[in-house]
Amino acid sequence: MSTLLEVSRVSKRFGGLQAVDRLSLTVNEGEILGLIGPNGAGKSTVFNLINGVYPPDSGKVFFAEQDITGGPPYRVCGHGIARAHQIVQPLGGLSVLDNCTVGACFGREALPLAAARKVAREVIDMIGLGDRAGAPAGSLTTAGKKRLELARALSARPRLLLLDEVLAGLNPTETEGMIETVRKIRDNGVAILMIEHIMRAVMSLSDRIVVLNLGAKLAEGSPREVADNPDVIAAYLGDSKLLSAAEKPA
Amino acid sequence: MWRRPFPWFIVAAALLYALYPYFADDVGLRESLLLAAVYIILASNLNLMIGYAGYVNFGNIVFFGLGGYVCLYLVTALQWNVIPAALVAGVAVSALALLFGLGILRLRGAFFALATIGVNQAIQQLVVNFEPWGGATGIYLSLDSYGSLGGPMQALWTTYLLIVAVTAASLLASYAIRNSKFGLGLLAIGQNEDAASVLGVPTPLYKAMVYSASAFLPAVAGGLYFFKSGIIEPTSAFNLQTSIEAIVMVMLGGSGTILGPALGAFLYEELRGFLLTAQSFSQFQLVIAGALLLLIVQFVPGGLLGWLHQHWPKTRRWLE
Repeated sequence: MSTLLEVSRVSKRFGGLQAVDRLSLTVNEGEILGLIGPNGAGKSTVFNLINGVYPPDSGKVFFAEQDITGGPPYRVCGHGIARAHQIVQPLGGLSVLDNCTVGACFGREALPLAAARKVAREVIDMIGLGDRAGAPAGSLTTAGKKRLELARALSARPRLLLLDEVLAGLNPTETEGMIETVRKIRDNGVAILMIEHIMRAVMSLSDRIVVLNLGAKLAEGSPREVADNPDVIAAYLGDSKLLSAAEKPA
Repeated sequence: MWRRPFPWFIVAAALLYALYPYFADDVGLRESLLLAAVYIILASNLNLMIGYAGYVNFGNIVFFGLGGYVCLYLVTALQWNVIPAALVAGVAVSALALLFGLGILRLRGAFFALATIGVNQAIQQLVVNFEPWGGATGIYLSLDSYGSLGGPMQALWTTYLLIVAVTAASLLASYAIRNSKFGLGLLAIGQNEDAASVLGVPTPLYKAMVYSASAFLPAVAGGLYFFKSGIIEPTSAFNLQTSIEAIVMVMLGGSGTILGPALGAFLYEELRGFLLTAQSFSQFQLVIAGALLLLIVQFVPGGLLGWLHQHWPKTRRWLE
């Protein structure tokens, strides 16, 4: 498997807080990499450094062997990295369809309007928002907005998807549906880097996991290895339920 | 774009608007309609910024004034015909706006709004001190300047028709942008600029482009309007008050729609004409405008068309 994304020793400091500290990680083609860590470990900051919301103080980000360090976000998006935000960012006054059309118009393929609308329509149907296509995005429920984040990111036809807690705030049924959807996306050949707090989901979805603590990498490996790592258990998990979850994949 | 009825409707309305005072042979009516048409041009182009991209440009009148200056300079100093002069003025002002836009559009919200006022005031002061453009006294046209259009009387009718044509062009441009990829990107910026950027919209370029686009037709109209007036001087060319009135027109009719700003401009001009004839209170329309703006922003942020769309969703289809 070839390397799609390579993050090389990136650091970011906010005032007195070292949010990310010389972090390196790679995502391979067609892989799901889970990024976990306690609150404030710097996970979302890593996403912001990858997609260029702000430039790193030091270090480099390579995507498909191109240097994409420091954005700006719209250029990173054009390379084929799409992102679903933890705090949903719908274009509230636009319809669900228009939201996704924006994704398709300005994504990796930079489609013309009519073609973009067609792609958006397909993605909306696949994500299960088909019956809400004409509704203003602002009128969706929380679960609906989470789905929209995902649909909009997918409309860009990305090679790598950054998923920031897409399961947070969903009820168990919705979570099951979303896990299935994420799996389906990967099966279509899209690599995924996901931040997630719901351990059962991370453990069952991820091919590999990187554990972040205080901005630095604490551990890396298969779900099994990470769950058994005593440092990880001490720093973060301390939760025996996780171990049993890892043993019987959902 | 011409497959839908809407653009044809605009063309038909413009023809009616252009020919009505001609056949009614009413010069007073023509003058009042001309002023309304100028306001429609200002409001419709300002709407590209406010309604589409979500940026409030308080200094939008600077395009109109500068266009007037460039055009009158070409007509007097270089003896150009007014039509190419107005077009060149439009291109020049639009290019200048692109440069300014790349700079001041790094600002957002209130800071951007303040910067646009700054641009207007700075250009005004520059022109006051610019001798080739007559400094504080401005540029006057001699009657000879109207010769190429068949004399002053004929020239007044011709400029009226040209300004109505620019009005129609403004509405058609607004329609074309609204239904394009560029327009979708602008709407995304207007909703949530950071999200738009993450979705791949090249925000700095698009903002500068729309700022520049919103300068072109007002500059052309400024050229025609001041040519018709025969005089241009800094205080009337860069009148901040007109800038603010244009914002009221956009909000009154419905920002973000195509016909809304035109409707708002027309109604506002009629209201202004009515209040001016009262004579008892000079500039009374400004009191009304201020109160109107407060009420609209507070109670009907969508303006007249937004309100219609909300209460009768079917009107969305044919009143865009």
